[in-house]
Amino acid sequence: MITAFLFKSLDRSILIFVAIILAIGCIVPMLNLLVPADSMFHIPTYVVSLFGKYLTYALLALSLDLVWGFCGILSLGHAAFFALGGYAMGMYLVRQIGSRGVYGNPLLPDFMVFLSWKEMPWFWYGFDHFWFAALMVLAVPGVLAFVFGWLAFRSRVTGVYLSIITQAMTYALLLAFFRNEMGFGGNNGLTDFKDLLGFNIQSQGMRTSLFAVSAIALAMALLICSAIVRSKFGKVLVGLRDAESRTRFLGYRPENYKLMTFTVSAMMAGVAGALYVPQVGIINPGEFAPANSIEVVIWTAVGGRGTLIGPVIGATLVNFGKSIFTAQFPEIWLFALGALFIATTLFLPKGIVGTIQQTLRSGKDRKNAETMERLHAAEDVKKGVEVTLKPLAAE
Amino acid sequence: MHRAFKIFTLLACLILIFPISESQSQQDIRLGINSLSKGGFSQVADKVAQLSRTGDIKLVPVFEALAEGNLYTRKADEIVFMGKEGGNVLHLTDAVTGAPAGEGTKVDFERIKVNNNLRRAVRTAIGALTLLSPDREVRFQAANSVFSSPSEDALELLESAIQSERDVIVKTVMEQARAAALVKSDRSVAEKRAAVKILSQRGDRNALAILSATQTSAEGELRTDIDNAIKELQTAQALWDAGQNVWYGLSLGSVLLLAAIGLAITFGVMGIINMAHGEMVMLGAYTTFIVQEIIRSSYPGLFDWSLIIALPIAFGVTGLIGLIIERGIIRFLYGRPLETLLATWGVSLMLQQGVRSIFGPSNREVGNPSWMSGGFELGGMTLTYNRMWIVVFSAGVFVMLLFLLKRSRFGLQMRAVTQNRRMASSMGIKTPWVDAFTFALGSGIAGIAGVALSQIDNVSPNLGQSYIIDSFMVVVFGGVGNLWGTLVGALSLGIVNKLLEPYTGAVLGKILILVLIILFIQRRPRGLFALKGRAVET
Repeated sequence: MITAFLFKSLDRSILIFVAIILAIGCIVPMLNLLVPADSMFHIPTYVVSLFGKYLTYALLALSLDLVWGFCGILSLGHAAFFALGGYAMGMYLVRQIGSRGVYGNPLLPDFMVFLSWKEMPWFWYGFDHFWFAALMVLAVPGVLAFVFGWLAFRSRVTGVYLSIITQAMTYALLLAFFRNEMGFGGNNGLTDFKDLLGFNIQSQGMRTSLFAVSAIALAMALLICSAIVRSKFGKVLVGLRDAESRTRFLGYRPENYKLMTFTVSAMMAGVAGALYVPQVGIINPGEFAPANSIEVVIWTAVGGRGTLIGPVIGATLVNFGKSIFTAQFPEIWLFALGALFIATTLFLPKGIVGTIQQTLRSGKDRKNAETMERLHAAEDVKKGVEVTLKPLAAE
Repeated sequence: MHRAFKIFTLLACLILIFPISESQSQQDIRLGINSLSKGGFSQVADKVAQLSRTGDIKLVPVFEALAEGNLYTRKADEIVFMGKEGGNVLHLTDAVTGAPAGEGTKVDFERIKVNNNLRRAVRTAIGALTLLSPDREVRFQAANSVFSSPSEDALELLESAIQSERDVIVKTVMEQARAAALVKSDRSVAEKRAAVKILSQRGDRNALAILSATQTSAEGELRTDIDNAIKELQTAQALWDAGQNVWYGLSLGSVLLLAAIGLAITFGVMGIINMAHGEMVMLGAYTTFIVQEIIRSSYPGLFDWSLIIALPIAFGVTGLIGLIIERGIIRFLYGRPLETLLATWGVSLMLQQGVRSIFGPSNREVGNPSWMSGGFELGGMTLTYNRMWIVVFSAGVFVMLLFLLKRSRFGLQMRAVTQNRRMASSMGIKTPWVDAFTFALGSGIAGIAGVALSQIDNVSPNLGQSYIIDSFMVVVFGGVGNLWGTLVGALSLGIVNKLLEPYTGAVLGKILILVLIILFIQRRPRGLFALKGRAVET
């Protein structure tokens, strides 16, 4: 059954891409660990961490693409799921500090000592165990997405309205996590981590392992997404994206399909956040900022929404650009990002990968064009009738 | 010779008699003033109170000098003078007559020291003394100042002042001041009960404070009287507080209305969310800043007019930028509302960074014209002029827009496009033209909102960001295609926010509002005042 599942999901381009990512996930750590530091092939540890961060961003962009590219839900709140996953991991890492904190308190994290709390709040229980934290990384974003989506999709909140309330959600969480009383470290968030699963989080080995794990997670997510969109379920999603009312009239329940996809996507974002936190060493409420969510959207758009490879490439490229720009010309970065937003929507609506695919396909199509012509003509007549009966929704 | 001698003696007598001819009371005062140089702070305070009972208005400058530390004793004969320092010398003034009394070197004099307690006693004394001033305004001020720091010593003086007072308002305040002083004194219970009644009639926070202070020491009937009065006052105070919160909410609501109404128009007509709307508000605020800078450097006399001058300029600038954005970007994205959202977000990033590069990242100072600074009291509420004018201004903007939409040809076309774009187009309305000018109008309104907001908020490149999410909430809550929806949405969000704040705190209140809106959207996915009919589906 698993082979059947895998087989179904193995689109050739996806297969190649997954293989490339897995290869990177192996080679980069090896180049870091095994190649001597003075060799030109050596990759410094900080670069490994940096690209590990890009991989988690890519996973986040991929999760957004699943809902936006294939289901037409523009979520402006995906950073919230990302941050929640990050906080779940951060809480585990904070518990691992133990008595090595600034105040040396064996029972309470530093910030609770600082706020002179007497005992841990109930929601911190269980985060001593990795398995529990790992479960929460999936469960917390998943449950939030499920509840939020259940409310929103059932009452047919769509389009711009949905975008705005997802933004309201992440904004509300931003405000909430800024409060010290919430018990998540307030303004400063969670930081000063020491160990992950008993290994020093700063060590070279841990850094490279995290990179490899991120690459594997991304590869798995690609396979899952590919399986989803290539299944019948995925076809219905695309139907919802392109003509929701029509799909509903054909007898599908849009809310169920959307809810399922939204929840899966949120869990993927949570995993991305959980892998992000140990690599950057901090999680704070700033991750909830609505602007972050919108940035994820542009990564996806640049790479190509509706393609699975696109968001991965888009996230890596944009963030690589960001790292260079903010270091070299910090003044210009926002101009560049703003221009990127405008240029992508105006000139590259399908994104980089989408445009390439289109060009390739149009080459193939020309060969088949003659044989298809008659078929198309027949279909056009049918479509024409339909168009006059019920105008297509614009989106 | 005899005659000459007679005149001489007469003159001599006159000269001798003159100091003696200073009346008895004046001599007492001089003695009293001279005695201020002796004893500790509390003793001096007692003496000041004693002196003030004479009711002699000439004491006021002496007391003022004492409070400011300008009263000196001549070491040689212990006579007290008012003095003004000028290098090493003191310019002396006679304490009783107020006549100049020459100069003296500092070394020969000793300053009479004051501490805060003494200063307070002196202020009360001054308040009591000025009660008898011929100037109504001075008496009114004096009565108020005695009320706010009542003391037994002022009691007799107050009573005599009340006797001679003609002005009804001043008299009322004096009676209240007397009541405030009386409840603390050792007078009879009957008098005190009358005083409590007077105080409870005044009914403000100060009266409540005075009553609460005396509550514990009172007994019997007086105690029940005070308890009742306090209860009454607290109820009244709670009502005033609620009123104040509603006012704050109204003012927040009108700010939200200003920020959101342009957004609502563009969203209603074009179905797109303009993420750069907040930056239009910001640009409006910066336009105000530039206008004020020019006025400050070139026409300082016009400063009070700066906002009125800035309004049309801000409208023009942001409207033009809006027109450029629409013609340059948005018109290529029709039918793709989500991508318009992204493109306008890009515009907003660029505008923010542009302003940051030109004006710097820090806050810019935008001044309040004189008619917008200060405030006034209404019952137990404090209203500031800038908030009040913003409420008035947003009401004005709202009415003008309503008029434009309902009574003008352009408004008719806008409404037609909102309701059914294709039908409007079939009827010969140039919908692209309507779109362009709607967008310009929305942006222009954001600009004039920026002029208003520059008065109450920091003018920084982030100004727009802080309003954009709230504006979205208003639009989503109120529904589109109807200005009344935006009005109701803005005001109710503002008021609910401010009513929640005392119980939950500002941040939690805001979170609650956001959650409530998210839940509300489930009930009414298209807001309070939703468009009905066919247009909804597209």
